[in-house]
Amino acid sequence: MRLKSFLKSTILVSACVVAASSALAQDKPVLTVYTYNSFTSEWGPGPALEKAFEANCACDLTWVALEDGAALLARLKLEGRNTKADVVLGLDTNLTTEAKTTGLIAPHGADVSALKLPIAWDDADFVPYDWGYFAFVYDSEKLKDPPKSLDELIDGKDAPKVIIQDPRTSTPGLGLVMWLREVYGDKAPEAWAGLKPKILTVTKGWSEAYGLFTQGEAPMVLSYTTSPAYHQIVENSDRYKALVFPEGNYMQVEVAARVEGSAQPDLAKSFLQFLISPEAQKVIPTTNYMYPVRDIGADLPPQFSALPQPEKSLLLSPEDAAAHRDAWTKEWIESVSQ
Amino acid sequence: MRALGRIATPRAAGLSVAVLTGYGLAAVLGGLAITVFALLLAAGDDAQSPPPYAYICRVLGFTLWQAFLSTLLSLLAAILMTRALARQAQFPGRMLLLRLCALPMVMPTIVGIFGVVAVYGGSGYLALVADAVGIDWQPRLYGLAGILIAHVFFNLPLAIRLLLPAFASVPAESWRLAAQLGMGSRDIFRIIEIPLLRQQLPGISIIIFMLCFTTFAVALTLGGGPRATTLEVAIYQALRFDFDLRLGAMLAILQVIFCAGGAWAVWRAGRQMVLGNTARLVAYRYDGRASRARLVDFSVIIFGAIFLTLPILALVQRGLAGMVAAASPASLLSAALVSLGLGLAGGLTATLIGYLIAQARQRALLQGRKRGAMLLGLAGRLGLFVSPMVIGTGIFLAATGSVDLYRIAAAGVILLSAVMALPFVLGVLEPALEVAAARHDRLCAALGLTGWNRFCHIDWPTLRRPIATALALSSVIAMGDLGAIALFGNQDMVNLTLLLYGQLGAYRLDGAASTALILLALALAFYWTIERVVGGRELH
Amino acid sequence: MSYIDIAGLQFTYEDLVMRFDLTVDEGEVMAIIGPSGAGKSTLLALIGGFEAAQAGSIAVGGEDITDLAPDARPVTTLFQDHNLFAHLSVAQNVGLGLHPGLRLSAEDRVAVAWALEQVGLTGFEDRLPGQLSGGERQRVAIARCILRKRPVLMLDEAFAALGPALRREMLQLVLSLKVRNNLTVLMVTHDPADAAFAADHTSFIADGQVVMSGDTATVLASTHPAIRDYLGT
Repeated sequence: MRLKSFLKSTILVSACVVAASSALAQDKPVLTVYTYNSFTSEWGPGPALEKAFEANCACDLTWVALEDGAALLARLKLEGRNTKADVVLGLDTNLTTEAKTTGLIAPHGADVSALKLPIAWDDADFVPYDWGYFAFVYDSEKLKDPPKSLDELIDGKDAPKVIIQDPRTSTPGLGLVMWLREVYGDKAPEAWAGLKPKILTVTKGWSEAYGLFTQGEAPMVLSYTTSPAYHQIVENSDRYKALVFPEGNYMQVEVAARVEGSAQPDLAKSFLQFLISPEAQKVIPTTNYMYPVRDIGADLPPQFSALPQPEKSLLLSPEDAAAHRDAWTKEWIESVSQ
Repeated sequence: MRALGRIATPRAAGLSVAVLTGYGLAAVLGGLAITVFALLLAAGDDAQSPPPYAYICRVLGFTLWQAFLSTLLSLLAAILMTRALARQAQFPGRMLLLRLCALPMVMPTIVGIFGVVAVYGGSGYLALVADAVGIDWQPRLYGLAGILIAHVFFNLPLAIRLLLPAFASVPAESWRLAAQLGMGSRDIFRIIEIPLLRQQLPGISIIIFMLCFTTFAVALTLGGGPRATTLEVAIYQALRFDFDLRLGAMLAILQVIFCAGGAWAVWRAGRQMVLGNTARLVAYRYDGRASRARLVDFSVIIFGAIFLTLPILALVQRGLAGMVAAASPASLLSAALVSLGLGLAGGLTATLIGYLIAQARQRALLQGRKRGAMLLGLAGRLGLFVSPMVIGTGIFLAATGSVDLYRIAAAGVILLSAVMALPFVLGVLEPALEVAAARHDRLCAALGLTGWNRFCHIDWPTLRRPIATALALSSVIAMGDLGAIALFGNQDMVNLTLLLYGQLGAYRLDGAASTALILLALALAFYWTIERVVGGRELH
Repeated sequence: MSYIDIAGLQFTYEDLVMRFDLTVDEGEVMAIIGPSGAGKSTLLALIGGFEAAQAGSIAVGGEDITDLAPDARPVTTLFQDHNLFAHLSVAQNVGLGLHPGLRLSAEDRVAVAWALEQVGLTGFEDRLPGQLSGGERQRVAIARCILRKRPVLMLDEAFAALGPALRREMLQLVLSLKVRNNLTVLMVTHDPADAAFAADHTSFIADGQVVMSGDTATVLASTHPAIRDYLGT
């Protein structure tokens, strides 16, 4: 019977495939890095970094790609002491305090003296590998007169529609909550109330928001100051521009760390050192579209240097961020649900 | 036509291997679910704050309300469309329309959302048409309307797919009688179609309700703001951001209670099938010949077809435009192969498990054990109403330390996506098995035909087409799956959906559109091939 | 002039081109016999309006009915099975013969009761078809046929599933109803004994054509090779 033989051959083939893949012998030490999936995709920094690191380490770098930073931390917590991870890469400063409380983070032991960030870096456990400013990005073809300040966006009657992300499911969304809190302090709920009529929709993640924005649903979206660099470099288009506000823009710093109890502590240390080396850092701008953490001189594309820089760089300390995240998210829900 | 009484089966042939396995699988599924919940509840920290009851109540209320409305609209639309399609059994493009119905079920949610927005959004087709005609009207998509449109778009094709074969179970003589007695379309609706709908709608409404109840991305992105928070969002927040496993488990249990409870209530109220025995599967409908019937039917069909195909057309347009920025052929090819391979494996697993569970359920029904049958049906549908995040969390919680899940990622993905596709397999196979049982049970019992022999010679010809549909459906669902494959994070296994998300996360939105188009085209071809190869001649 | 006049009625099914020429007198019982696949049921379907002929004409009582819809034709057909709707009661099933929308007045209900009495099923109004035997179900269908008051009754192997004695009983019933209601009956049967018992004339159909039509005894005793093959004589 056709079905019988079809079934038989499929089972046979699948069995062979599974057997073959597990039979591949590994004799090099394996460094397992947990990160998020846009990092390891073929358009992200992952492949280039892996190639450069493996060229010198005599090891096998394996990525485990999770959905995003929060998923990363959650998986680490789930696995606890039994985690296979040697390095976690992809948390941001909002999550670092919580990560430390798991007891799974080991001191990085890397030399961070050559780092150049708008803020001083004094964390002994986490190493930054890229950073950026959150910003409202607008479509210059649709919006001829964009708001020049945060106040103008929030209070302006004719302010354009904007797409933002949900702080409960997305790091830019959370970043905006922190941003408004830094600027307006306890008056943040009023600020949100003022912003609410301009919000077209609140999406699950950055991809949905940016997709809707480029589809033309709204003239503004919450993204990064470095987003226009992509369009300039790859699409040769000046259409999308980022707004820097006199009140300041909020930062996002992405970090990596060694995992306590990993089987490859030395390899992990050298990976972190590699991550902040010029060789690795020059991969970052055109793959992750964020700023590198050190001065890479001519390797930084000119479009990046030409990007608008805010006068004030806002960033809550990791402890403050962790302490207030819950309360401020609830406040956000209340203000925007009216 | 006599009601099926209990068959006195000889003891030796009592429990066939298939039925036993079916019971076993259902038990395994149920046990896994319970284990997952137990683990999560136990893992909680005592220092966690008390659950925000008011918030949960509001969220639950909204979730129920939008699920109820979505289901109602989907069913109404499905009834109208299916009646029209059943009555007009032959017109050019009918086959294509039915095949296109497979697409909304396959596409990743984000792709569907972009498609819906491309038609109904502020810069979508409708807005463009209004602009061109000069009407000053701005579509207000982001809110409950957006959620309902998206849900109907995703679920209407499924409902049509499940409902249409039911019309084929009406004996040809009934249509001749209707013609002979001069029944008008209203009479036919009351006397023939309503009893049919009464049988089929409960099962279909359960699937759709559960799909809408557990919605996540659609509610968030098209809902317009945090007022449109669903239970799944709250579970996500609990498990990911707050890492409050206990709360997550409690919310997931709440979800199970509502879904399973709803299913139980609907099944209890359901009617036993009343069957026809015609060998000819496409009965000729005399009532479809009149010009008024034709007008009404084709208006409905055209309207429904436009509703379903516009977003797909938008996706095709964007995909073609994005081809210039498409991913490399090598990446696409390897991702396509992974999609096909994992999809087929997942589909085969789901169909096999589904067939065995459906057989066990049929046996339970035969022996009058309605409650047992309902439990089996629920066990099979676990993938639908237990939040996938909870399942994922539970799996890793359970496996940690003992099993290296990343090593067996392929098997894990296949099994998980099979569990997700299982409810759809059951939706197709359960009614099909009931028909087959009514037709063959007595004869087979009389002849002593059981097990493999019976399947090969008797059941397969009758069940061939439903099995083909179930296999095709579950394969394309497994093919487009993101949840299972993203759970394991293995970078050597990248399917088209993961590739798509990679592009979306790296600013390559037009490239992503082209990957989505390729995924849809592949899914359509895959679906059609499986249905053709396994099912033989198509009969709808 | 004959009551039912079928002239040059043409229909193609798969590879078989059928062409029927047949006449039936008013008030007679005509049996239609022949091997399977010959076109017997197709002929009835053509007369009943369930299939559309490609050429030719059908006239009943001098009126050409070739292009009429099934419910407009002066015929009523009884199938072998599935004559009743399983979820409707006996009374409702019979009532469909009076009004397809089941809106029955008190008068109609009296008529239903009368029809059931005619077929010997008094008091069966509230039963469901699932509760009846095969013979009882066919009788309910016959009751409906009576109420439709069509002059031509067609039986498409209607009693084939019943035992010999029961079949005879049914044929008796049909004959008495024929007399009482002045019907003309066409019956397709695979048992020549039925034809011998109940039919005045018999037509033998083979390969889509009426090979012979005439007095039953004559046809059954014919030496025509096709008929002899069929009857096994």
